[in-house]
Amino acid sequence: MADITLRINGSERKVSVSPETPLLWVLRDTLELTGTKFGCGAGLCGACTVHVDGAAVRSCSTPVAQVAGKVVMTIEGLGANGLHVLQQAWIAEEVPQCGYCQTGQIMSAAALLAKTPNPTDDEITQAMNGNLCRCGTYERIRKAVHRAAGNGGSR
Amino acid sequence: MSPLSRREFVAAGAAAGAGLVVGFYLPHKLSPRNGGVFSPNAYLRITPDNKVTIVVARSEMGQGVRTALPMILAEELEADWKQIEIEQAGASTLFGDQTTGGSASIRTTWDPMRKAGAAAREMLISAAALTWSVPRSTCAAENSRIKHAASGRSLSYGELVGKAATLPIPTDVPLKQSKDYKIVGQRLPRVDSPSKVKGEAIFGIDFRIPGMKFALLSRCPVIGGKVASFDDKESKKISGVSYVGKISDSAVAVVADSVWSAMEGRRVLNVTWDDGPNKDLNTAAVMASLKQAASKKGPSLFLAGEPTKAAGRRISAEYELPFMAHAPMEPGNCTAYYQGTKCELWAPTQIPQDCRDSVAPAIGLDPDQVKVNVTLMGGGFGRRLEHDYAVEAALVSKAINAPVKVIWTREDDMRFSTYRPASLHQLSATVDGSGFPVALTHRIISPSISGQKGQPTPGNVDPDLPDEAGPVYGLPNYSVEYVMSETPVPLGWMRSVYALQAAFALESFIDELAVSEGKDPLQYRLHLLAKDQDLQYFTTTWHTARMRAVLQLAAEKAGWDKPLAAGHYRGVACFGSFASYMAEVVEITMENGEPRVHHVVAVVDCGQVVNPSILEQQIQGGIVYALGNALRAKITIEKGRVVQGNFDDYAPVRMNETPVVEVYAVPSTEVPTGIGEPSVPPLAPALCNAIYAATKKRIRALPILNS
Repeated sequence: MADITLRINGSERKVSVSPETPLLWVLRDTLELTGTKFGCGAGLCGACTVHVDGAAVRSCSTPVAQVAGKVVMTIEGLGANGLHVLQQAWIAEEVPQCGYCQTGQIMSAAALLAKTPNPTDDEITQAMNGNLCRCGTYERIRKAVHRAAGNGGSR
Repeated sequence: MSPLSRREFVAAGAAAGAGLVVGFYLPHKLSPRNGGVFSPNAYLRITPDNKVTIVVARSEMGQGVRTALPMILAEELEADWKQIEIEQAGASTLFGDQTTGGSASIRTTWDPMRKAGAAAREMLISAAALTWSVPRSTCAAENSRIKHAASGRSLSYGELVGKAATLPIPTDVPLKQSKDYKIVGQRLPRVDSPSKVKGEAIFGIDFRIPGMKFALLSRCPVIGGKVASFDDKESKKISGVSYVGKISDSAVAVVADSVWSAMEGRRVLNVTWDDGPNKDLNTAAVMASLKQAASKKGPSLFLAGEPTKAAGRRISAEYELPFMAHAPMEPGNCTAYYQGTKCELWAPTQIPQDCRDSVAPAIGLDPDQVKVNVTLMGGGFGRRLEHDYAVEAALVSKAINAPVKVIWTREDDMRFSTYRPASLHQLSATVDGSGFPVALTHRIISPSISGQKGQPTPGNVDPDLPDEAGPVYGLPNYSVEYVMSETPVPLGWMRSVYALQAAFALESFIDELAVSEGKDPLQYRLHLLAKDQDLQYFTTTWHTARMRAVLQLAAEKAGWDKPLAAGHYRGVACFGSFASYMAEVVEITMENGEPRVHHVVAVVDCGQVVNPSILEQQIQGGIVYALGNALRAKITIEKGRVVQGNFDDYAPVRMNETPVVEVYAVPSTEVPTGIGEPSVPPLAPALCNAIYAATKKRIRALPILNS
């Protein structure tokens, strides 16, 4: 066990966990931030995507000790000050079906738009291809990313 | 799941009508205890503050029932949609069978929900007429108010509940004409989108109660094997692990105060397995058993004329399909709290009643001592019709005498699933001088899902086949036959169930016939559907005219008669399942010997559409799901074990493989039919027919990339 200080969604949180615990389980079990989802545990599906220092990472495969001192943002932080433009676009395009993967999808899209405000179809595919959706919402995800980009992309 | 439950429900759907209404009315007398709530039936409550609550008795697994079902009731109620609140029912005795499957939620709730709304509307009109002492006929319901046009007076539903609740509940209520619909048929936004994009939606895996532990189970990797012994010494060294114990013949539970500790505890757990009778089972043996069973004669599912006596040229082919896994995004999980004489569960379940009835005997309680709350589901696709995970959670909670959440990993989900049955299909046709079949025989050889579970299979017919393997074409001599084989591999109902297999075989074969006669595959099908015929198949009547119409519309929208870009090829298929008609045209290119699907035109006739946006979701999603099934989905068995474990060796479609899907629904005011599954079956044959057009190579076994 180790005491680790995390910077999550703009506030400092101290946790006492074993340092190899994946960030995903610290978020979900210790901090009760359950918007970040468990899908595969192996970095294959993207349901657990969060931002670490602005980059999209798979929290299921990231030991919590690796993010000590870094800036972590989860879906709860993305929309903390009102709906993010991507969340608005997701609602407008009626993207979610079961919705389980969508928080991870939105976090991947947010990392994309932060770097590439007006992505092409190919850039969207490249950024989003690591995120699985068994409901098959990919077409509407693509439309929602374009819609958000058209609205200015990142805030 | 318990015997009959799924089948009874679907049978009720086929006869959608008054039957389901019986018994669903509740006592509605006002009393101080219920705070003046007007609740003429179990689906609806209106309170004096004008709050209208509609209860959804089916489970939300992404298919939009929490939006679409209330729309049906709200339409007849003349309710203000913006003020509706939705409540999810748990396992109940008030709604009939609550099974969420068989593409049946809309088609079986259409009548009860309409009548529930209409009865309330009529009572509210009567209450207003009495209040104003005016004839009922001069009052009208609109936007959650009753209005009296002549005097300009109006009262809100909330203001009328006191009086309405004292009135008798009408039994024979007028229903609206579809031309007057204001809510049904509209692209209303789903009620669950905002919470899902914010990460606030609570799925089964997210639900927690104070003091709750987390458990993972180590299950025997060999099908049918058991725990011989286990050593928990290393597991108990893991910080946070509080309990390790055998909870069933085939599983040892590791309980901890976090998921990660339970995972670590399970990783180092040492179990010795008794592999049992299937330790040498492999996929080749399974497929060989299908071939062996094919020599048997089976019951007839459909018969017209005398196919064996037709004269002409004979063409035959065999098709094979593998086991497949549902793999919903949210792995299996359930929260249970056993407390001696009662047990409460929070379950992502497609059948709360079966969840209750499966759990109760496992922990020595009566069903009425088990309360099942239905959580949101991260996909279902049929996997959550089974309640192995709920039984496990209840057993672990009983063992530790504390609330617990059992979580499955992805590998658990893949290796301990219930699989779409592998099947073999023998097709043969007799073709006349003009090149069209005068006789067609389709023999389906497959193990039975219901049969394996000990549920009734009257006449040796799997009870799902009546919804999923019907005839498409009105041929003079036509036989569909079913041979029930056996397998120890656990079987389950996976999206579209047997329709995927039946359509792949039949619609590939029709293409083979067309091609062998040098005819255009689309025109060939239209010719076979040219005559208006009603094909009676169990309780469903298939109309060739409706199938012809969807096929024609698909051809028109896909520009079938127009040339394609160089290197592009098309395939078409049509199939009816869950009482809906579906045609799909798939456009591909071949890249390095593999198909790339660019575009799919999908046309459905599913009767009255309730919400076109949700319909599009279901069809687009069904096609992406079906594309993954067709390209790569294959569960194999070696040494009695499922080989595949995660999304690397069982790889669903990702964004880069997703085609543009155009969706069209034939305008209709017929009673709504299924929409969650019918888009799945035509995709694989349409794709394989396109591959043939491109390569002259016929694919007779799925998955495509394995052939």
